[in-house]
Amino acid sequence: MEWGGIIGYGLFLLIYGGIYAISALGLNVQWGYTGLFNIGVGGFFLVGAYTSAIMTKGPDFSHLGGFGQPFLVGVLAGGLLAAVLALLIGIPTLRLRGDYLAIATIGIAETLRLIVTNEQQLTAGVWGIGAIPKPLWSTFGDSYNAFYAVVVLLAMVLVYFAIERGIRSPWGRVLKAVREDEAVAQAVGKDVFRFKLQALVLGAFFMGVAGALFAHFVGYISPEAFEPMNATFLVWVMLIVGGSGNSKGAMLGAFIVWVIWSGTEFVAAALPPTFGPRAHALRIVLIGLLLMAMLLWRPQGVLGEERQVSKLVRNEPAGRSAQGG
Amino acid sequence: MAQLILYGLIYGGIISLGAIGLTLLVRILKFSHFAHGDMMALGAYLTLLFRVTMGLPMWLSVALAVILTAVAAVLIDRIFYKPLRRTSPAILLIASVGVALVLRHLIQFFWGAAPQVYQRGVERPYIVWGLRIRPTQVWILVMAVVLVIAVWLFLQKTKTGKALRAMADNMDLAAVSGIDTERMVVWTWVLGAALAAAAGIMLGMDTQLRPAMGWLMLLPIFAAAILGGLGNPYGAIAGGMIIALSQELSTMFINTAYKPAVAFVLMVLLLLVRPQGLFGGKA
Amino acid sequence: MALLEVSGLRAGYAEVDILHGVNLAVNQDEIVCVVGPNGAGKSTLMKSIFGLVRVRDGRIVFQGEDITGLGPSQIVRRGMCYVPQNNNVFPSLTVEENLEMGAFIRQGDFRRKMEEMFELFPILKERRRQKAGTMSGGQQQMVAMARALMLDPKLILLDEPTAGLSPKFAELVLEKVTEINRMGVSVLMIEQNARAGLAISHRGYVLTMGRNRLDDTGQALLANEEVGRLFLGG
Repeated sequence: MEWGGIIGYGLFLLIYGGIYAISALGLNVQWGYTGLFNIGVGGFFLVGAYTSAIMTKGPDFSHLGGFGQPFLVGVLAGGLLAAVLALLIGIPTLRLRGDYLAIATIGIAETLRLIVTNEQQLTAGVWGIGAIPKPLWSTFGDSYNAFYAVVVLLAMVLVYFAIERGIRSPWGRVLKAVREDEAVAQAVGKDVFRFKLQALVLGAFFMGVAGALFAHFVGYISPEAFEPMNATFLVWVMLIVGGSGNSKGAMLGAFIVWVIWSGTEFVAAALPPTFGPRAHALRIVLIGLLLMAMLLWRPQGVLGEERQVSKLVRNEPAGRSAQGG
Repeated sequence: MAQLILYGLIYGGIISLGAIGLTLLVRILKFSHFAHGDMMALGAYLTLLFRVTMGLPMWLSVALAVILTAVAAVLIDRIFYKPLRRTSPAILLIASVGVALVLRHLIQFFWGAAPQVYQRGVERPYIVWGLRIRPTQVWILVMAVVLVIAVWLFLQKTKTGKALRAMADNMDLAAVSGIDTERMVVWTWVLGAALAAAAGIMLGMDTQLRPAMGWLMLLPIFAAAILGGLGNPYGAIAGGMIIALSQELSTMFINTAYKPAVAFVLMVLLLLVRPQGLFGGKA
Repeated sequence: MALLEVSGLRAGYAEVDILHGVNLAVNQDEIVCVVGPNGAGKSTLMKSIFGLVRVRDGRIVFQGEDITGLGPSQIVRRGMCYVPQNNNVFPSLTVEENLEMGAFIRQGDFRRKMEEMFELFPILKERRRQKAGTMSGGQQQMVAMARALMLDPKLILLDEPTAGLSPKFAELVLEKVTEINRMGVSVLMIEQNARAGLAISHRGYVLTMGRNRLDDTGQALLANEEVGRLFLGG
């Protein structure tokens, strides 16, 4: 491969890895820190992508549009709508057992896929939305990918620091207490439901932002382009590989798994052409086996959970409940 | 409308079989098995292999597919789930999502993504009281009823069935009484997977086979099981019927494409007003 | 030789030892009662004998065989049964089904044994088709004891059989314990009502802080001043 190709691949790695990393950071807030089981990541991602595309485009008769808002407004709107969705889904399910939330998030992701496929006037259905504006496209021209990589990485770093601040605050310690032992958190007077809802909504916001960043980079989105379950699954594998409960791990996992994921594309390409679309299926099987192997042999992930935070948490509720009891 | 109700009953029978198996897994193993829909698809595709590719008679193909699906479920449990059972229940859930994806894409890898059928050509439907029903659908209804009765008899009358119910009640006490709990776990998988395979085959007979068929069934069978109170196999049947009938009848008012979402909306509504399910069970 | 002989038993949960070297013996045809304050380790003792809590040190010998470290399913097959204090019936199963589960590993017919149980606990015969979960606490205790006896055990472990029962039912349950013992089953029980428990026991052990404090015949312990001061409120 010549230099241009390597640099090109490197930029793709930074952009896609970064976008997935933002999703994985969001999932880490939900699962890694709070223990919420969201398997509708793809759904929140999709909402962010569609919202931002519709918000930023000029008039287009094939779907809802014509708002012509700037890029940043679109991205924020994408995140916000995903957050609102999380609020709606969290309220009925977060008081119940964890697997109810899981099945509800699957349901919402499926329902969203049905909506974007069938509501022609809203999303152009299976035709998809094209010509999504790329911010500052004319300014950067040939080196656009380099610019966009910087945009994505900036967003990722911003999200990372926001989460780190939150998680090291008293708020973050309560989240972890909720994950470790809900009953104890409840016993020390924390409104467990509210904290869970906040974590779910915050995580969904980041997923929406990631979806928006994705839409503006590829420029075209359609229901097929998403396969929400695959997106969900990839993000989960990223978090597990990197190490859940660890923001650095979530980001590292995103880049590692994206490299593996794009690598399997080469493997699939090497298969005889008769396999055709089946090769794609094999890629997912390989990623699935990677997940199972991680769960069985290295469940803590490459980095594992960050120690200094969790120690504080383990001591805190126990100490308080001892006083109370 | 009566026609829709009839289709609803057929579809409800299919959902119920899936939901009963799921309920057993939830009650006995405390495991919300997210790969259950894909076990249905596995059963359906194995039948395709024996029936169409190898040309065996239908009854034999069905029997082999049900047995092999049960064997696959037990193997998956031994290899993947069992070692994870001692960790957190959530890890098991993720593992089952992983198994679901792997199963679905293995099916797609071997059989391709295009829809397939057991039998080509159009069946001439019977007309009874103005209602159209195809011979295949009669078979599906009969099979569903027979299987539900068989499961009931198994759980109520046999020693193993009673032990399974005892496990569901109190795993520790079952162990203390000398019941071999690991063997009962295997039985649970055999029963749950066999029912799933049967349901998947019926679905394939009624419509067509697609790799995503199991995944699309996951929502309705979970909704049915939750409606039935997650834990009560008989509630699962009622839940399955309610889900299926609402899905069919919804087509009178809304776009047919939204059928799968009806199950989801019903489930969320129920969780809001009556989280313990319509028919008792533990909250 | 004693039927059950426990020596130097150390056991506990996670990193904490609850029992620090307990010795105890049950002879053939005896009722042995363990008393002691809350947190003395009585329940832990029962559970470690039955293989439900890991034994860290010491030996448990039953009928001359070392059963230390065996699991409950293996111990059951050797003729020892255990009735936990709570959740000791299968609530959604009928009385008959509960007894059948007790006989799960029994080869051949269990009907005759079930009839024997119905003779011992006539109330269960009346309610044989009732779900155990819908019965009163005292009746559930009888279902639990009958379930454990279905295997013709040599020794039955009873963890606080009268806990939460009305005085009338508690008395009835202890009467049944004596009756069971007359049928040739040795009994090791924990009883929070020490006076009533010791009164029907051949011998008793007093446990405090996970250690043996006293042991003697039931009558002697009842008369013992220290025991009286500690547990009998007199």
